Amino acid sequence: MHLVLEKRPEASTAMAIASPFIAFALTLIAGGIIFWMRGNDPFSALYVYFVEPLTQWWSVEQLIVKAAPLILIATGLAVAYRANVWNIGAEGQLYAGGIMAGLVPVMFPQWQSPVVLVLMLVLGTLGGMAWGSIPATLRNRFRANEILTSLMLVYVIQLVLDYLVRGPWRDPQGFNFPKSITFTGWQTIPYVTTSVHGGVLFALVAALALWFLMSRTLKGFEISVAGQAPRAARFAGFSEQKTVMFCFLLSGGLAGLAGATEVAGVITQLQPQISPGYGFTAIIVAFLGRLNPIGVIFAGLLLALSYLGGEAAQMSLGISDKIARVFQGILLFFILVCDTFILYRIKFLKSKGATA
Amino acid sequence: MTEALGFLFANFFSLNTQLIVLAALTPFLLAALGELVTERSGVLNLGVEGMMIMGAVAGFGGAFLTQNPWVGIITSILAGMAMALLFAFLSITLVTNQVASGLALTLLGLGLSGLIGESFVGQPGVKLPAIAGIDPLMVAAPILTLIVAFVLFRTRWGLVIRAVGNNHNAAHALGYGVSKVRYLCVLFGGACSGLAGGYLALVYTPQWVENMTAGKGWIALALVVFASWRPIRMAAGAYLFGAISILAFQIQTYGWGIPPQFLNSLPYLVTILALVLISGSRALATRNTPAMLGQPFVPDR
Amino acid sequence: MKKFLMTVGAVAVAFGAAASTADAAMDKVKACWVYVGPIGDFGWSYQHNQGLLAVKAALGDKVETAFVESVAEADSEKTFERFARDGCNIVFGTSFGYMEPMLKVAAKFPDVKFEHATGYKTADNLGTYNAKFHEGRYVIGQIAAKMSKAGKAGYIVSFPIPEVVSGINAFMLGAQTVNPDFKIEVIWANTWFDPAKEADAAKVLLGKGVDIMVQHTDSTAPLQESEKAGAQGFGQASDMIKFAPKAQLTAIVDDWSPHYIKSVTAVLEGSWKSGQYWGGMNDGEVVMAPFTNMPEDVAKMAMETTAAIKAGTLNPFGGKITKQDGTMVENLGDGDILGMNWYVKGVDDKLPQ
Repeated sequence: MHLVLEKRPEASTAMAIASPFIAFALTLIAGGIIFWMRGNDPFSALYVYFVEPLTQWWSVEQLIVKAAPLILIATGLAVAYRANVWNIGAEGQLYAGGIMAGLVPVMFPQWQSPVVLVLMLVLGTLGGMAWGSIPATLRNRFRANEILTSLMLVYVIQLVLDYLVRGPWRDPQGFNFPKSITFTGWQTIPYVTTSVHGGVLFALVAALALWFLMSRTLKGFEISVAGQAPRAARFAGFSEQKTVMFCFLLSGGLAGLAGATEVAGVITQLQPQISPGYGFTAIIVAFLGRLNPIGVIFAGLLLALSYLGGEAAQMSLGISDKIARVFQGILLFFILVCDTFILYRIKFLKSKGATA
Repeated sequence: MTEALGFLFANFFSLNTQLIVLAALTPFLLAALGELVTERSGVLNLGVEGMMIMGAVAGFGGAFLTQNPWVGIITSILAGMAMALLFAFLSITLVTNQVASGLALTLLGLGLSGLIGESFVGQPGVKLPAIAGIDPLMVAAPILTLIVAFVLFRTRWGLVIRAVGNNHNAAHALGYGVSKVRYLCVLFGGACSGLAGGYLALVYTPQWVENMTAGKGWIALALVVFASWRPIRMAAGAYLFGAISILAFQIQTYGWGIPPQFLNSLPYLVTILALVLISGSRALATRNTPAMLGQPFVPDR
Repeated sequence: MKKFLMTVGAVAVAFGAAASTADAAMDKVKACWVYVGPIGDFGWSYQHNQGLLAVKAALGDKVETAFVESVAEADSEKTFERFARDGCNIVFGTSFGYMEPMLKVAAKFPDVKFEHATGYKTADNLGTYNAKFHEGRYVIGQIAAKMSKAGKAGYIVSFPIPEVVSGINAFMLGAQTVNPDFKIEVIWANTWFDPAKEADAAKVLLGKGVDIMVQHTDSTAPLQESEKAGAQGFGQASDMIKFAPKAQLTAIVDDWSPHYIKSVTAVLEGSWKSGQYWGGMNDGEVVMAPFTNMPEDVAKMAMETTAAIKAGTLNPFGGKITKQDGTMVENLGDGDILGMNWYVKGVDDKLPQ
């Protein structure tokens, strides 16, 4: 007796809509079982994880602040992945953006003007684009696989930042600790509410803009075709090299912008670590959102919720933080499995020899 | 200055240092070999880090609970295979997106290993003894490299694997069990990654700490790509990476004032440079990339 | 009568004023900790958690504790805010990088007390605390110089922050009292914790002929490598004798429990005040693990030095010190040590400027 997949004549819209919910429900059940096995009350644990962070306004603000960089980066990645341009180095592009953004206040500490903030954000975006253009160039000119190059460059740029904040860009009043001067005034992003800085708006704008790009423009069409049928794309005259560069510039630029908003909006200085792995988590968000910019918004919020919930569970229930990661892995697994049912039906066959 | 450089080269190429490099590259080589076979069959498994860390915790646990390091070796291999089985079921039978499935596997592995390993923290591990002064796994890695190279390019099995990886529809039409071949290759990859993790926890630094693989799985993935899916070249890449890492430390001890961050970034920079130089050859790259890499296979009836 | 009433009134007002500036004593206190790494690291975060457990043991029913592990510095503000909102009376942040986030949250929650480890910015409700690890470094420097036949030690370090630099200097000063020509070979591993990398660094150093291993990174790997090679070394943050029974001479153990018990009790009694606390051997924050694997006379010397530091008669950074560039300094104060960015004479390494 074995399991066989049968392709549905048409993608099932019912499953397409239901799949994320079913996956989430399955994750909750699996999570509940894990909690129960470790001796926690599953219902209170799940409540603390997924509901409690939403019950207070300030917590919702934190959710938005945490989800914003994830969404910003993941929308760019979603577009790139559609074209089979595997940018794994978004974390590095984020760092490059943060460094370029921090350049302005570090070089001109006394300069205060709205221009400063705009310059920081623009430089941040350019920094991410520049760093992202390296793997693109290496792929276009030398056929060097971009998974490797973009990943290696992450380690390199992190070491560059480390060097800068320990050496030339170190705060002279900082007791020789590795941090730059603290940014003030126009060197930081103003708050929209008590905890939410203006940078989160970029995430929303980016998601909407990219959704528009992918669904309504020729460029979006080029990208989709490049990913699904590369030979057809070539026959249609879509340049693979241009597509690769475009995808890296786009995803790199957005990651760089995310780095700039983190540095200017949240951390307000440069230090050796400016991101808790947003660039890598965004890869997961992109897939959770089914490589669709609008889906990415929800995926980002959901993932951010699981982080906040994990922390709340640690605080109030003493549940280990590793469970949060297990949760995320399980969630992703279930979503992937449920998505299979959109295109395929499962059949159980009695004997193996029935089909060729 | 030249005298100092002379010292550096003499020290680096000494037997002692070369043994250090060999030990350092062993986990990379083991994991990368397994992934190479997996990818040759057309499956991209990004979950190497997850399989490796599970191998580490299982290896440590097995050895610690039985006080027998060889049991640890076996449990590390089994753990890697178990994770690989999960991945295979999802990506081969249920044809889920391979990149996402691999990432999910890594997440799961990191979290699960932390949970399992909680009671192992602070316990000294049981070390795998050297046989006649030689670390057995360190010798096993190069031998395995030769075996994989031989099997892939000189045996019928290897031909079948490569056929499945290059054109699964044709292979299916010829009657080869594409799914079966892929399952076996993915499991082999899991066994190797698990063994690599076990090596870390049983030989390299006999202990268990969370996240002790510290990204080695990702480097192993990069090495497979670097090697254009050829085992001998991959061993060279692993050597290059390990050697530069150790060289960077040695240069530090001479106190020349080179920023340590620059030295620590050398392995990555050199790997990129080497990749660029190698990949320039168009023929080599296209001939060796498994054409079906990452693409799901569902037989049409 | 009027005078009496006025006196009573004045006294009442005085009492009331005093009560409003001091905090009220409490029956129960909630103490919360934020760790930068996993408590399973058997190093920095592990030791802080041991402190938490000591508080629980000491105060029993009167304290409720909570902690969060592996909180990235870039991500920490919301963690502190959540703890503050969750009813914590005192929150401990155990990493330098938490400084700015703690400042921001402390400003928002003036009724919650905060303490920041290894930092230097304070507020009315934010204090700092640190330990004089360099005192332990001085002791092991002496031991190293006595025990080393090669006359040089390997020194594996993470990042050039003042705490690490002052550690190196104290080590050298201690070593130089026994052997003025003692040398160290330094490797910057660029990580606080990565067992495999630390093992590699140790192997490289052992290959260069050092027979004593010193580390300012957190894993047990360097000691394990030393034991394999027949060399000896010192544990860091925790007593690592289990991992290297023949190689460990002693370890510098971070014992945060005296300070944590003091602070939490102060909150309980309503007497907590913000300050910059820097404890050392004299109040039990820096503890040397038992001296093992060394001859009697070396152990005796080490114990005498430790006792002298504890009693305050020996100050590792007291007196005149010659810097690497040849200039002389003396009477170093706490501030000089906390911000130390230069080497003493005899160290063959360059610091980034």
